[in-house]
Amino acid sequence: MSSLHHEIQEVVALYPESRSATLPALRLAQERFGWLPPEAFREVADALGETPAYCVAVASFYDMFHLEPVGRQLVEVCTNVSCALVGAQQVLEAFEQELGLHPGETDADGEFTLRTVECAGGCGWGTVVAVNHRYRERVSAADVPGIVAELRGDQADA
Amino acid sequence: MPEQRIVLAGTEERDLTQLAAYREVGGFEALAQARSTEPQQLLDDLLASGLRGRGGAGFPTGRKASFIPKPDQTPKPIYLVVNADESEPGTFKDREIMFSVPHRLIEGCLITAHAIQSQNVFIYIRGEYLHEFEVLRAALEEVRNAGLLGDVTVVLHRGAGAYICGEETALLESLEGERGQPRSKPPFPAISGLYASPSLINNVETMATVPQIVAMGAKAYAKVGVENSSGTRVFSLSGNVANGGNYELPQGTTLRELIYDFGGGIPGGRELKAIIPGGSSVPVLTADQIDTPLDFDSMAEAGSMLGSGAIIVIDDRCCMVQLGLRVAQFYMHESCGKCTPCREGTRWMVQILDRIEEGAASQGDLDLLLDVCDRILGKCLCPLGDAAAMPVASYIDRFREEFQAHLDSGCPMHGESSLEGIFAPVDQHAHDPVADEVTA
Repeated sequence: MSSLHHEIQEVVALYPESRSATLPALRLAQERFGWLPPEAFREVADALGETPAYCVAVASFYDMFHLEPVGRQLVEVCTNVSCALVGAQQVLEAFEQELGLHPGETDADGEFTLRTVECAGGCGWGTVVAVNHRYRERVSAADVPGIVAELRGDQADA
Repeated sequence: MPEQRIVLAGTEERDLTQLAAYREVGGFEALAQARSTEPQQLLDDLLASGLRGRGGAGFPTGRKASFIPKPDQTPKPIYLVVNADESEPGTFKDREIMFSVPHRLIEGCLITAHAIQSQNVFIYIRGEYLHEFEVLRAALEEVRNAGLLGDVTVVLHRGAGAYICGEETALLESLEGERGQPRSKPPFPAISGLYASPSLINNVETMATVPQIVAMGAKAYAKVGVENSSGTRVFSLSGNVANGGNYELPQGTTLRELIYDFGGGIPGGRELKAIIPGGSSVPVLTADQIDTPLDFDSMAEAGSMLGSGAIIVIDDRCCMVQLGLRVAQFYMHESCGKCTPCREGTRWMVQILDRIEEGAASQGDLDLLLDVCDRILGKCLCPLGDAAAMPVASYIDRFREEFQAHLDSGCPMHGESSLEGIFAPVDQHAHDPVADEVTA
């Protein structure tokens, strides 16, 4: 049995019904694979006693599960109303330029994915940008080249 | 009115994220007091405090708790579920409560669990809130190690990105490992909720208020604020305002005080155009309604709602059609697809608003848009469709001339709107052949 299988079993034990562990199990699998490839669904389904189809059905409902590969650094720009009012569009355009990506795209070496997201919950401190779910707030377009250079630095260090 | 911290009390002076620090400001004394009080007395106190749910609907918390059967009336376990799936655009107060006073939330859960005689607490936190999850997990570990949980089990459950899971029955579905689609009511969760068992579902701010009500006494709490809207709210202020952020103020504080005295007014010498007073799902207010008090009744009189207490300030650079389009795009993206009026209607709204903004709409399109809104309102299992229809209908109602100008000669902002070029999220769930392979 894989360690993923065991980790999922530990989560299952927290709930009266094993199906409740579906979201946590998918998250564990995604952390393992970087996204949710077919073998991830098979492993999760196996550990939960569900079918792979069931797990795909659940995963496809939620924005944070990736049904296709994403970059090691997921850059998400909030473009909902509060951020949009203070320049989210310009921030997004700056990321597009610096990363050479349109929203929804991943670069060729699998380092960066750029995407837009709905309200991230940092409205008073917009524009909110999340990199692998770590929030950066009050980001302006002028900050973007520095942020990207920093992220590329992380890449070089890795 | 001055700022009055009850939920966020103590956070202005020091970091309260460690249990020791929280205990130094009286933390968990209310829990000890509550546990030596009869559950029924606590329910009575909650009712007497006038506390109303802080998630958006504003239902009296004590009354909701009183719907839960007593252990001798049900063979099933009783669940307390905390809604920490804060996702209403403009709202970021629960996040601040979780990252600044996590123990107060946990203490509120334990007191409430005692009041409804539950041993099972689930906190459903939105998946994007990673830092807040880590803070809360560390706080829970401290509380567990200090032996404060007693016979209560608290499980932190992370969502995975879905606005709809803030709707209580969708949240329960999600917590049970399903797609987050709302259930029909009745049965109500108080009778048949999580795992078909009696369940009380409360918002984070509501729960974090409970220890303070116990500490200060229900009567003293009820005196804060105004009639029918007791206590404080942690108001989330955002948009075209100098100092966006969360401000905890007594209910009844006016929009003017919040926006100008606390928020520092509108930057860049711009004019106020509109205010969204309760999260993006509520009807808009116009600039002349700036003196409306922030409480349930006053907002209803003004033709809007206090909702989640999220105030979005909009200056005169904003095109109201673009605002409507962006709001409608959000609800279209987040519609779970279960009810036809919402699933199809939000898409129709986006298409019509897009035509209007492009200057390609006919006069009849405006009536069609209002008709679509009308065909959504009140016709779905949950309020998500209403959350799209109500604000958009209000933009047309209150800014009719601007909509008409679009029909007559295109967007009057001529590409200079603050929302120009607004980007809705790219759908990450495009049809995927890999997923098909798995299901085959």
